[in-house]
Amino acid sequence: MEKTIALTVNGRLQTVTTDPARPLLEVLREDLGLTGAKLGCGEGQCGACTVLVGSRAVASCITPVGDLEGRSIRTIEGLAPSQTLHPVQQAFLDEKGFQCGYCTPGMILATVALLEAQPNPSDAQIRARLEGHLCRCCGFPNILRSVRRAVRAGGATP
Amino acid sequence: MKIDPDRGEPEEVAGAESVEVGASVMRGGMSRRRFSQVLGAGLLVTVRWDGTAAQSGQSRSGRGSPRVAARIHIGQDGAITVMSGKVEMGQGARAELSQAAAEELRVPAGRIQMVMADTRLTPDDGITAGSRTTPSTVPAVRQGAAAARRILERLAARRWQVAPAAVRARDGEIVEEATGRRLSYAVLAGEGDFAVAFDEAIPANVEVTPVREWKVLGTSVGRPNGRDLITGAHRFPSDLTRPGMLYGKVLRAPSYGARLGSVDLTMAQAMPGVVAVRDGSFVGVAAPTKQRSREALAAIERTAEWAPAPHPSSDDVYDYLRRRASGGVPANPFAADLDAGASLLRQTYRTAYVQHAPLETRAALAEWEGDRLTVWAGTQNPFGYHSELARALGLTSDRVRVVVPDFGSGFGGKHTGEAAIEAARLARAAGRPVLVHWTREEEFSWAYFRPAAVIEIEASLDRQGRLASWHFVNINSGGAAVDTPYRAGKTRCRYVPSDPPLRQGSYRALAAVANNFAREAFMDELAAAAKADPLEFRLAHLENPRIRAVLEEMARRFRWAERMKSRPPEGVGYGLACGTEKGSVVATGVEIAIDPAQNHRIIVRRICEVFECGAILNPDNLRAQVEGCILMGLGPALREEMRFKEGRMLNPRFGDYGPPRMSDLPELDIQLLDRPDLASAGGGETPIIAVAPAIANAVYHATGHRIHALPIRLPA
Ligand code: FES
Ligand code: FES
Repeated sequence: MEKTIALTVNGRLQTVTTDPARPLLEVLREDLGLTGAKLGCGEGQCGACTVLVGSRAVASCITPVGDLEGRSIRTIEGLAPSQTLHPVQQAFLDEKGFQCGYCTPGMILATVALLEAQPNPSDAQIRARLEGHLCRCCGFPNILRSVRRAVRAGGATP
Repeated sequence: MKIDPDRGEPEEVAGAESVEVGASVMRGGMSRRRFSQVLGAGLLVTVRWDGTAAQSGQSRSGRGSPRVAARIHIGQDGAITVMSGKVEMGQGARAELSQAAAEELRVPAGRIQMVMADTRLTPDDGITAGSRTTPSTVPAVRQGAAAARRILERLAARRWQVAPAAVRARDGEIVEEATGRRLSYAVLAGEGDFAVAFDEAIPANVEVTPVREWKVLGTSVGRPNGRDLITGAHRFPSDLTRPGMLYGKVLRAPSYGARLGSVDLTMAQAMPGVVAVRDGSFVGVAAPTKQRSREALAAIERTAEWAPAPHPSSDDVYDYLRRRASGGVPANPFAADLDAGASLLRQTYRTAYVQHAPLETRAALAEWEGDRLTVWAGTQNPFGYHSELARALGLTSDRVRVVVPDFGSGFGGKHTGEAAIEAARLARAAGRPVLVHWTREEEFSWAYFRPAAVIEIEASLDRQGRLASWHFVNINSGGAAVDTPYRAGKTRCRYVPSDPPLRQGSYRALAAVANNFAREAFMDELAAAAKADPLEFRLAHLENPRIRAVLEEMARRFRWAERMKSRPPEGVGYGLACGTEKGSVVATGVEIAIDPAQNHRIIVRRICEVFECGAILNPDNLRAQVEGCILMGLGPALREEMRFKEGRMLNPRFGDYGPPRMSDLPELDIQLLDRPDLASAGGGETPIIAVAPAIANAVYHATGHRIHALPIRLPA
């Protein structure tokens, strides 16, 4: 049964009429053309599909879109609306915190959520926060360097 | 590049067969017209590479026949374009190849535009695998770019009526040293008939810039399209859409080898927007959303009847492979005539089937225009894919085009075209473009695997504790690094194929991981039998100066001798291993701890690795490759293993399979040895080969249990 759902995506109000059981990830990618969030597993085990719902990083592959009526969603595309990169993006670029880059949007958004909640996290907190995020290129050292640089650069706010 | 087994020195890479120059405005062949359509008029340089530089072992193009390795185009607008059949999947080819062209053309790397892996535009330079881009494609691009520079210099000299030696390329211009007058590449590329600029043919081996003068090569140029990756703007193959595109999904057998009997498509066909097709054993659907395609396929699955086939389990697979060893398992011919006082040791090692599990699973988008097919896909093998598609769909080669956008990693796992063939069949049936993007479970079950290995080694030690004989047999997994670098009186090493129950193929460093694991673990057992320190025992048998150099440097950094002087704390152990493959050398030392609180989990605390692959082209990228190899290697060493039973994978999920995560990240001490005097070899594979054996040896040191299988399991 289709339903009309209103969401704010990257600051813009959007309505989608669809099966509310569809995962947010697929609605973002197929209906709204936002392909920055990736499918890595579809089971909540890799973090590639991470987006921000309010201030929380969630796995959009296992989040039914019907649960998000009225919620505000941020994706990687919304992080740097102007030409200036978000400090976390800049840090990933400067530290070369990616190889193939497929895990990168999820890593960046998880870092944004972490730094918004905790501007000065310890290494242990960073690692714990990113534990759910797979990088199959195994670029974990540069990812960690990127997050540390983002912390030094003053964290979450552009 | 081949390694001389005695000396371990790389042979010089063979030179380009010929460098061909033409104007892209020329009436010449079809291909040139096509380039001028795409790139505009200008100077086109084509590099042919002779067979000795061909893809070793895996080439589809025959050895000995020169083929086009790269094209370089300088447009009348000054744009410099390099066309290469290589792909970018995170390993860094895009940056490295632009550096190569930029170096010789005397421009910053950012001036180079790369066109990669498009079977209509780029030359067939073979598969992107086997660490071949660095030793083979980079030199080809350097030669082509150096030839282009030389042509531009001559054109300017002719225009100014001066000797070619009086001019010089600098920053995208040709400058006359004496007067300072200059001409841009753009103006010179507009000259038209380049042939008249020469009173001599361009030599096949144009001189390239020596390493000591490198300004762009040897520096850490970042990924040219890096910004698109961190903003989400880059479209991976699975992100692509076309107008009217549908999402495709294919019916899979419930177990390996099961045969499809009857199946009913009517329920699926009745769903709005759904196309469902059966063609022999191929059954698939295409629908406007992924959700609808799942529902449609589920409706079909419920009606499908299958006849299962017998299949071994992962527990039995080693016996299964050994029994089917082609021609039987060869006996050790050296066992019969042992010298007096010699002792014979033997051991069997096993490594499990593992999956590459690239984070982006197989994805392909197919679109038909009449009987012409275009496929955008993530593959390491665009030209192989191209022929696979033509064959599977009954098309002539000129009707097919394969385009490979930068994709989400491969590790040797994306050589085959399954998803593309599926997408093409569904697109033909639906009359619309179709994207097929495998699920994680499909990738874990139906992509090919790194082969399991059974390795049997027998070696004898003489009275002085020296290796007198060495007999090594790899069953099923492959011959990479099967030869030992250690000197023994008599040596025989071989690979015996088997009849595997799963699809198997390459993986980062191929069988070198299994072979090096077995050899290096056994070397520790032999060292113990000879009452020697593992480091000393290796050095006493090792002649290859490059392996010695990395091993000694690693031992120094890791303070091996000091660590060996005293007993480590309870539950802590140290181990080392080394090896060589594909023209590079590596040594690894690890410290592990067994955590009794976590069910005796092995914690890898610290890894020291020294790696050398000749002249370093891009230090940051090489470091990233080395780090990636080390951490990726932790997976199959500690946990990763495809478990199967009755033809089904039991753990086709990340959660059950256990790839490395942040919590596995040990303290790393990595040293890259630069050897400007040696040809550059690739660095994306060999750094993985010493990780597992070093851990295995450290586990023995900590627990007293010898490790004979990967993943490493401690007795309960
Ligand atoms: S795709 Fe959502 S967690 Fe893996
Ligand atoms: S960069 Fe490839 S998966 Fe992380």
